[in-house]
Amino acid sequence: MNAHLKALEAKSIYIIREAYNSVDPMAMLWSIGKDSTALLWLVRKAFFGRIPFPMVLLDTGMELPEVYAFRDQIIKDWGLDCINHMCPPEEEMDQTLPPSTRAAMRKTEGLKSLLEEHKFKGLILGIRRDEQSMRAKERVFSTRSADGSWNFKDQPPEFWDQYKTDFPEGCHVRIHPLLQWTELDIWEYTKAQNIPCVPLYFARDGKRYRSLGEKNITFPVDSNASNIDEIIAELKTTKTSERSGRTMDKETESSFETLRQRGYM
Amino acid sequence: MSIDHQSPMPIVIVGHVDHGKSTLVGRMLHDTGSLPDGKVEEVRKACERRGVAMEWSFLLDAFQAERDQAITIDTTQIWFKTPYRPYVIIDAPGHREFLKNMVSGASQADAAILVVDAKEGLQEQTKRHAYLLSLLGMRQVAIAVNKMDAVNYDDAIFAKVSSEVDAYLKSINVTATYIVPISAREGDMISTHSNKMPWYKGKTLTEILDSFEVDSSPLTRALRFPIQDVYRFEEKRILVGRVETGTLNKGDKLLFSPTNEEATVTSIESWPEDDARVIAQAGESIGITLDQPIFVERGHIGSHFKNPPMLSNVFRANIFWLAKKPLKVGNTYKIRLATHEARVTIQSIETVIDTDDLKRDETPTEVGKNAVAQITFRASDMLPLDPYTDNARMGRVVVYDGYDIAGGGLINMDGYPDQRKEAPKSDNIFMVDHQVSRDLRTKLKGHTGGIFWFTGLSGSGKSTLAMAVEEELAKRGFHSYVLDGDNVRHGLNSDLGFSPEDRAENIRRIGEVAALMADAGLIVISAFISPYRADRARARAAKPALFNEIYVQADLATCERRDPKGLYKKARDGQIKQFTGIDAPYEAPENPEIIIDTTDNDVQTCVKQILDYIGTKVSAENGTDGANKEKSFTTVRSLSA
Repeated sequence: MNAHLKALEAKSIYIIREAYNSVDPMAMLWSIGKDSTALLWLVRKAFFGRIPFPMVLLDTGMELPEVYAFRDQIIKDWGLDCINHMCPPEEEMDQTLPPSTRAAMRKTEGLKSLLEEHKFKGLILGIRRDEQSMRAKERVFSTRSADGSWNFKDQPPEFWDQYKTDFPEGCHVRIHPLLQWTELDIWEYTKAQNIPCVPLYFARDGKRYRSLGEKNITFPVDSNASNIDEIIAELKTTKTSERSGRTMDKETESSFETLRQRGYM
Repeated sequence: MSIDHQSPMPIVIVGHVDHGKSTLVGRMLHDTGSLPDGKVEEVRKACERRGVAMEWSFLLDAFQAERDQAITIDTTQIWFKTPYRPYVIIDAPGHREFLKNMVSGASQADAAILVVDAKEGLQEQTKRHAYLLSLLGMRQVAIAVNKMDAVNYDDAIFAKVSSEVDAYLKSINVTATYIVPISAREGDMISTHSNKMPWYKGKTLTEILDSFEVDSSPLTRALRFPIQDVYRFEEKRILVGRVETGTLNKGDKLLFSPTNEEATVTSIESWPEDDARVIAQAGESIGITLDQPIFVERGHIGSHFKNPPMLSNVFRANIFWLAKKPLKVGNTYKIRLATHEARVTIQSIETVIDTDDLKRDETPTEVGKNAVAQITFRASDMLPLDPYTDNARMGRVVVYDGYDIAGGGLINMDGYPDQRKEAPKSDNIFMVDHQVSRDLRTKLKGHTGGIFWFTGLSGSGKSTLAMAVEEELAKRGFHSYVLDGDNVRHGLNSDLGFSPEDRAENIRRIGEVAALMADAGLIVISAFISPYRADRARARAAKPALFNEIYVQADLATCERRDPKGLYKKARDGQIKQFTGIDAPYEAPENPEIIIDTTDNDVQTCVKQILDYIGTKVSAENGTDGANKEKSFTTVRSLSA
């Protein structure tokens, strides 16, 4: 593995261990996509093959069948303690939101009910700064108020790998060990470590999923990359954004911002 | 190594609000071909909808709120690459109230670009950011004089702004590695040489970035392995953490601070690979097992026996303060030194520096938001400390107030000794009981013994008073002896110099000698500056029942005026380094048994005060031998009056 990936890995493991040391009870959101599966691998590395907290899938029932199949396989192969948490139905969402944003809101609401039910004080998430400019502004340890909202205008300082590990009752903290990774890093790491991934990422008939989401709001993009090497080659030259197959980003100029403020991942 | 396999170099872009930082980032992304397809079009359309000209900065200012206010709210990270290597730009905000985000961004960077508007020159925020770069220890700084298009690419204006900025940076010990004229909006001198500025022969901005170096110093420093956590898996106990500096090998004998525990590394654990690892370097997150079941927990720092961290319960730091609530003397805060967490009290605030005009306040009472200050911290326990100048990764402290990080700074141990106690030399030391009792000694001497430990600045009058008191005691038939600085240094401590460590050892020995002499029944008067509380506490601990701390107090100005040995003059001239009160600290006693004010009182008055005090502490032998009754302090009192 090259020095760059080693450095990223070491930093992420450091963050995961900081979280485990300071936050209890804690869980990790495992969306089953490439990022959170790489993150799950890093968790296993941090704890020498063990996984000392549960994985959570915020399930809308709308994932693609291949995603569910992959979930079941990994749970079996890696012996995961996985909480499959059902999100509330779309009818209960704010009906003034555009349709895709509304669909994505289901996960936000699912997250809220998850926290209420399990009293988690912290959640590890696999978001990256290069995915989307809203996420670029995140802290590694990011405190959320009880309703999950994010006050991005007044975030506490974070420097020298020292994090905010204490917070008031009722808040929870989101921990982002992959913030500094890029999409290309994830694929190079997946390849170097031989981490399994959902086959939907590989092109069939000129199309592949670059980013996996619910089947009603995510679409495959044009690509002939049918294995990891070809994906890596594609990413080195592409100028298409990773979330181009995600319809909710495009509805209005600020729909992703609205989602994030209300507690989206 | 191919460019794809390098970690991106983190670069921070700072400067005054509206001097064009975000525009510069947008332009660099565009010029290096790092933008996704359609992104520029998207922004162009967004600008059209708002009825404004194309704004490169909108590429970054993702938040609606920011667009409306047209300022960058938070720290953004943006990736791009030149043919030479990849970069990650940390775009720091220019607005004053977002200083904490600027620190959050700049602290991660290996190099900085300071953007200055050619028309406006050096502004308040330019100064503050530059000062923070200096405080964060930034060594590679490029100045980009922006908006050259707005001044007709005039070389005279560039020269004027350059010299102004350069002079300011020099005044705060920052060296500008390069100064380049640019126009971010027009793309001049960003990645191509501009024909509009033929008078500039230097590097373009991206060429400058490519010439900066990645910091490799952590690899070359002494080993520091701060323990992050301890995991117990079945039979194994694994200590996890990140090697912050240096190299750790399987088989190394480690010393843990502050506990002084020691053990040998039996394995470097890894998963899923087998346990063939034998070496771990700076930056790696690892786990190790030890040969001994010693007490180790989060916060203990593993090192080699050679070059371990210093141990001290007091340290200084130059800090920036970001919290609304001011930092005040006497307040207690949680700090972190790597993974080591402790509670500390603010002992003193030496100086507060206004980052706008660099005015120093030498008599501050508090440190307000966005100020920079030199602070002395005191903890109740020993802390593992590395000066920033020795170890940039370990030599920094983060201060928490409530839940949030409130400030941070770089550690400075100048003038403070390492308080690490040597491990016991031998296990075969047994204390032997004397056959002569305390009572018998008192009977023979006619009075009990005691230690009267004078402490105070050079020139405060310690020696003068000590000799006068000794003389008075002798007149009254009391057995006393003065231990004085220069005398002891000629003999017992002739092997010691004036480094903080030697000064501490000097006082340690005197404390032990004083304890022995007092035990023997003498009234011991010691007259040493003994500037450190920890040293005096150790002297007290050698014989707590007989120890009395006498603070001989005079203000620095008075002492400097007296200057009986001409030492202050030499210290001011720089002939003597680390002189107490000038460039080494004097830690005044917190609870001395008695304070003798020599600024306002003459020698006679002071001597009487001391004799009166000694009278309350040293009791004459109260046996049946009436002859010794004469040696009562009632008599002394009447004589000295």
